[in-house]
Amino acid sequence: MTVTPASSGEHEAQGPASGKGKLELRNVNKGYGEAWERQEVLTHMSLTIAPGDLTAVIGPSGCGKSTLVDLIAGFERPDSGEILLNGEPVTGPAHDRMVVFQETALLPWLTAYQNVAFGPKLRGDLKGEALDAEINRLLDKVGLAEFKDKYPIQLSGGMQRRAELARAMINNPLIMIMDEPFRGLDAMTRELMQEFFLKLFEETRRTNLFVTSELDEAIFLADRLIVLSNRPTSVRETIEIGLPRPREFHMLSSPEAFKYKRQAMEVLHEEAMRGFTRSGDQQAFLDAYRKGDEAQSDG
Amino acid sequence: MATTAPNVYNQRTVVRRTRWQKFLANKKLWRGVTAILCTLVLWEIGSRWDEWFGFRLPFIGFIPPPSDVMVAWLEVLPKIGYWQSWYLSFKRVLAGFLSAMLLGIPFGLALAVNRYFRDIFFPPFEVLRPIPPLAWVPASLIFWPTNEMSIAFVTFLGAFFTIVINVLGGARSIDISYLRAAQSMGATQLDMFWRIVLPGTLPSIFTGAAVGMGITWEVVLAAEMISGGGTQAGGGLGFFIWNSYMGGSLEQIVVGMISIGIAGYLSSSAIRYLGTVCMPWRRLF
Repeated sequence: MTVTPASSGEHEAQGPASGKGKLELRNVNKGYGEAWERQEVLTHMSLTIAPGDLTAVIGPSGCGKSTLVDLIAGFERPDSGEILLNGEPVTGPAHDRMVVFQETALLPWLTAYQNVAFGPKLRGDLKGEALDAEINRLLDKVGLAEFKDKYPIQLSGGMQRRAELARAMINNPLIMIMDEPFRGLDAMTRELMQEFFLKLFEETRRTNLFVTSELDEAIFLADRLIVLSNRPTSVRETIEIGLPRPREFHMLSSPEAFKYKRQAMEVLHEEAMRGFTRSGDQQAFLDAYRKGDEAQSDG
Repeated sequence: MATTAPNVYNQRTVVRRTRWQKFLANKKLWRGVTAILCTLVLWEIGSRWDEWFGFRLPFIGFIPPPSDVMVAWLEVLPKIGYWQSWYLSFKRVLAGFLSAMLLGIPFGLALAVNRYFRDIFFPPFEVLRPIPPLAWVPASLIFWPTNEMSIAFVTFLGAFFTIVINVLGGARSIDISYLRAAQSMGATQLDMFWRIVLPGTLPSIFTGAAVGMGITWEVVLAAEMISGGGTQAGGGLGFFIWNSYMGGSLEQIVVGMISIGIAGYLSSSAIRYLGTVCMPWRRLF
């Protein structure tokens, strides 16, 4: 398993699509259900994702992170407010915003190669030998060159995620949206994937929105960390992560990283508590909290 | 013993075996053969002896032993009427089954894809579905001009409902992130149907086909027995059994039953084989 991305960035350098996207949410509201049983998910959500930045979004569980992803990707429309990508309003799904889904969304009936080819073939914007070369380059980059003719079921969890990264990258999006992409991987693979993904990002600096529920992961990867509040969700706190790049794992144990972690934990804890208090389950939460840290790192 | 261990893997000559040799070397095959032989031996003993370990077995003595059945089979094998029964039953099964596939798959997909279509057509479909195919026999005998057509219709019904339900369920359970991923990459509605919904439903289509094929055999035989060997329809394995019953030949009844078993096995094997050809990614499970 080769995890080091081969550095050959010819494709990123060419074409206007290799530019970086700036994403803005202005006062976005989204809720579900009819008036009498309405559930507000997002309220007055405003945030800006700077081009070329990796912005991590973290929040208590069930706070509407996935709704946020759906809105930005264009799968859902906001009830009010605006979502702008490089100044243009987002009206629906398009290949300038690629989502890497929580569980793998590789098509099981296509091989790794065919999965990567899926997007360009649909649109017909890359054809023949150019397409073949690009697919091979990307598969090589994610270390799957030998596995290109395997079906997703034959790939390990980590390989599936890497294939999915390649499938998203070939569409040359302005922004990549990662919805807890490494969830469900074992700890070892997860660390390797984080490292791999970081190298990939630092090489291209493609604007990235990284939704996660792991604080360490967020601090390790991000330039900026956005902490969401409990439902109805809005931005609770923005933390600039000043760790130097290229990042290394040992930086996570620096005093600086601890400072960020503590800052984020305090907010997260408060928000998680609010959720529990509201459901009248505060004591249960406190018991769980005293027993160990699981309760909050899950949150 | 030589201290320098020779590299076994390099020295081993690769033995190329023919398909037939591979087939014979397959343990699965021999387990199956053993199981069938054991069943035959037990059956032979059971029907030859009235008593097992001092207990009188109530009915098993009435069943002809496999050796007698074999003799009866050898008698009918060269007769053209026996093979005509095979041909007629197969023809009816295929007619019913293929028309059920042809109508059932598009109907099931339409139910899955379009909400309005589902709202309108699903309720009547659900009312008709629980009616057993055999309950349709009298009505279809009256309705269709020929016996042959009514048998084909009843066979069609047997497979149709199962196929539709499987296709509908399969298409509805496609992971929504497949559709969303495709949408992000610029898929149109038509693309999503052909490239996501259809391949995603393929496994369910084959499940439906396998189950439907089984029901088709059940139904065609019953329909043949009911409609009988009149001047119009006649023949078929179902009628073969019925005829043997009327003639009082127990051995021939069993011959007919086993023939159906073999016919059903051949049909479902064909579907399984088609399934692995059409869905290479499913072979890997």
